[in-house]
Amino acid sequence: MLSLALRRLLGAVPTLLLLLTLAFFLMHAAPGGPFDAERSLPPQIEAALRAQYQLDQPLWRQYLHYLGGLLRGDLGPSFQYGGFSVAELIGSGAPVSFRLGAAALLLALLLGVVLGSAAALQRGGWLDRVLMTFALAGISVPAYVVAPLLVLLFAVTLHWLPAGGWSAGGVSDAVLPVISLALPQVAAIARLSRASMIEVLSAPYIRTARAKGLPLRLVVWRHALKPALLPVLSYLGPAAAGLVTGSVVIEQVFGIPGIGRYFVQGALNRDYTLVLGVVLFYGALIVLFNFLVDMLYGVLDPRVRSA
Amino acid sequence: MLILLGLSLPPALPADEVLRLGNGAEPETLDPQRAEGVSALNILRDLDEGLTAAGPAGAAVPAAAERWDVSADGRDYVFHLRHDARWSNGDALTADDFVAGLRRSVDPATGSAYAQVLSPIDNAGAVAAGRLPPSRLGVDAPDPYTLHIRLAVPATYLPALLAHPATFPVHGPSLARYGRDFARPGHLVSNGAYRLQEWVPQSRVVLQRNPYYRDAATTAVERVVYLPTEDVGAELQRYRAGELDVTAAIPMSQARWVRQRFGGELHLAPYLGSYWYGYNLSRPPFQGNAGLRRALSLVIDREVIAGKLLQDAALPSYTLVPEGTLDYSPQRPDWAAWPRERRIAEAQRLYAAAGYSAGHPLDVELRYNTQEDHRRIATVIAAMWKQRLGVRTRLVNEEWKVFLQNRRLRAVTEVFRGGWIGDYDDASAFLDELRSFDGKNDEAYASPAYDALLAQAQRQADPARRRELLQQAERQLLDDAPVLPIYGYQSKHLVKPWVQGWRDNPLDIHYSKDLRVLPH
Repeated sequence: MLSLALRRLLGAVPTLLLLLTLAFFLMHAAPGGPFDAERSLPPQIEAALRAQYQLDQPLWRQYLHYLGGLLRGDLGPSFQYGGFSVAELIGSGAPVSFRLGAAALLLALLLGVVLGSAAALQRGGWLDRVLMTFALAGISVPAYVVAPLLVLLFAVTLHWLPAGGWSAGGVSDAVLPVISLALPQVAAIARLSRASMIEVLSAPYIRTARAKGLPLRLVVWRHALKPALLPVLSYLGPAAAGLVTGSVVIEQVFGIPGIGRYFVQGALNRDYTLVLGVVLFYGALIVLFNFLVDMLYGVLDPRVRSA
Repeated sequence: MLILLGLSLPPALPADEVLRLGNGAEPETLDPQRAEGVSALNILRDLDEGLTAAGPAGAAVPAAAERWDVSADGRDYVFHLRHDARWSNGDALTADDFVAGLRRSVDPATGSAYAQVLSPIDNAGAVAAGRLPPSRLGVDAPDPYTLHIRLAVPATYLPALLAHPATFPVHGPSLARYGRDFARPGHLVSNGAYRLQEWVPQSRVVLQRNPYYRDAATTAVERVVYLPTEDVGAELQRYRAGELDVTAAIPMSQARWVRQRFGGELHLAPYLGSYWYGYNLSRPPFQGNAGLRRALSLVIDREVIAGKLLQDAALPSYTLVPEGTLDYSPQRPDWAAWPRERRIAEAQRLYAAAGYSAGHPLDVELRYNTQEDHRRIATVIAAMWKQRLGVRTRLVNEEWKVFLQNRRLRAVTEVFRGGWIGDYDDASAFLDELRSFDGKNDEAYASPAYDALLAQAQRQADPARRRELLQQAERQLLDDAPVLPIYGYQSKHLVKPWVQGWRDNPLDIHYSKDLRVLPH
């Protein structure tokens, strides 16, 4: 188990390096540069700026320069936000994004599994149909539609919750963004756990347990839930990636100071260092998450452990 | 003693007047010489104070300078600074601080986007090009309260220009101590009505009243909170939920609904900006084909675009220089007053004269940067061309940076979207960019007559004569038709009824110190 863990962690290093290299060269291949603007700069001033950020060097040297900085823990200055370094921007935004993502994931798991299992137990019944219709809607309606609707209802009409912002980072600021972010994942997890639960419930050992006269509640809780959760667990990796991309929209709509918006803005502004910093951060997060899921899988499923 | 106290203590105000402003994009920096975007400049005008400020009617009014003298030839300006002006740490504000700010602005090492707007100052061009050191800029301080600016040309708009943050002073000791980091929270020392209290990237910038500001006693708003509101739809919701006192904008596609819903809270006012289409004059089909360019302009129904499509959130425009520009009358072409049928008939005649017909229609590409309003306008204009002339238009949209590059290269464009917002209230802010040698002339318009008129205007110290030359230049420009003006911008704010003192103005500049937030 330990050697598996070590191997997986070491394997992450080339993965991240490859990701970073691809992102670096793709960013630089995109037409236009960080200092292109409607207000064109006089050539000397643009040259001074380019020299300041080493953009006048050959690309391979810029790449090595970036990697060198990275080894020293330096993510470079942001081109767009001259007042801050990339490390500072990520440092101030990451905890916010992280809290938002973790809360959404937790909510999605809890609601998704409960609703999915409930639907499975009533397979074909009205509850099943209602829940699965809801799940289909949750998957198909994008966050940028759901979020403003929630705001309209809970903030503008009812005045229960703020429409946006992260003034104190309090619970009320987080409710609507977390729900909007979690909804598609709730839907996906509900569908997944429903299918998985149905499969498990038809397994011979469950029939045996039922035949012994065990009450359904006990059968589900003690025998069916754990195996039914395995596919859900393996979905957590993609779910985390989904939350990352979802946060790009949600943070924008709710004005949340996370790092999701840097992803898009950084790319549009050709803020090379900021984009690379965010790519690295998200890449590491997803790799780490997949790693944790694999380890957890090992804990829950003995067959993986011995393999 | 009482008099002393009365002077030094603020009058009895309700505790903590807080103004919450939607501010569009996240500010890139609060370094006055390196800031570029509208959102950063808004904050800087609260934090710092220039020699002049933008007055309610557009013209410059005294600020850190209490008055100024101009030499007879219009090339020497002497500004007399107030003696009571201080930095937010209590240091005295001196003329040297302004000299340092102006030099820093044109120094190529600073990388200021506005170095070019200071080009009327003596030697500014040579300093910006690195041929002379910043110390050779035509600015000096004979004594701590006197600033002398020597101009290369008699730019009558200099006082207006000096309200721009790029000309703001720098606090020498902070710059010496922190270098480029002097404008960060915790370091920033400012000379305006407010000082920086907090800056959480992408979340808020909070300003606190500066007790050392000369007018601190009459500044009512205690704290100003600038909130980034990039998404106009989300900003509107936050305004409705009562989280903002003023919005940065409104969604153009909802202008009609917003007007019905909010009535007097909606402030739409002419703003110093123009929206146009440019023709690439270095390539066919528009190269040397002024008739065709005019034909395409004649058939555009600007009233429909500004009124119906943009729901009156824009003003129909026939000129490059927007209506409302200070001391200037935009030069509408004669045909702007013609009835529609006559315009169309003339366009059809010009179209045919250029060699096009129903059997041999013009195939043209119209390029714009990806954005919903641009797409809607392009679609409608293509339809107008199709309906009146039979032109076949291909719409091409590109991401902003790609679009900018293609426009600048002039190698693939035919017709492209253009627009400009004046940095200062003067017609030259718009006309200059179509000079044959200007870096922003993506149209490749090259008219010796036009260049000569603008050069003459630049040398002219007499405002009336200068205005006449600028107007003549615009007539020449519109006659040559390198651009197709479409609409004039409007500033679009929602302002809560409890915000007092809000005055719409063409530069859309609002100083928080002039506002009040009544109890609500």
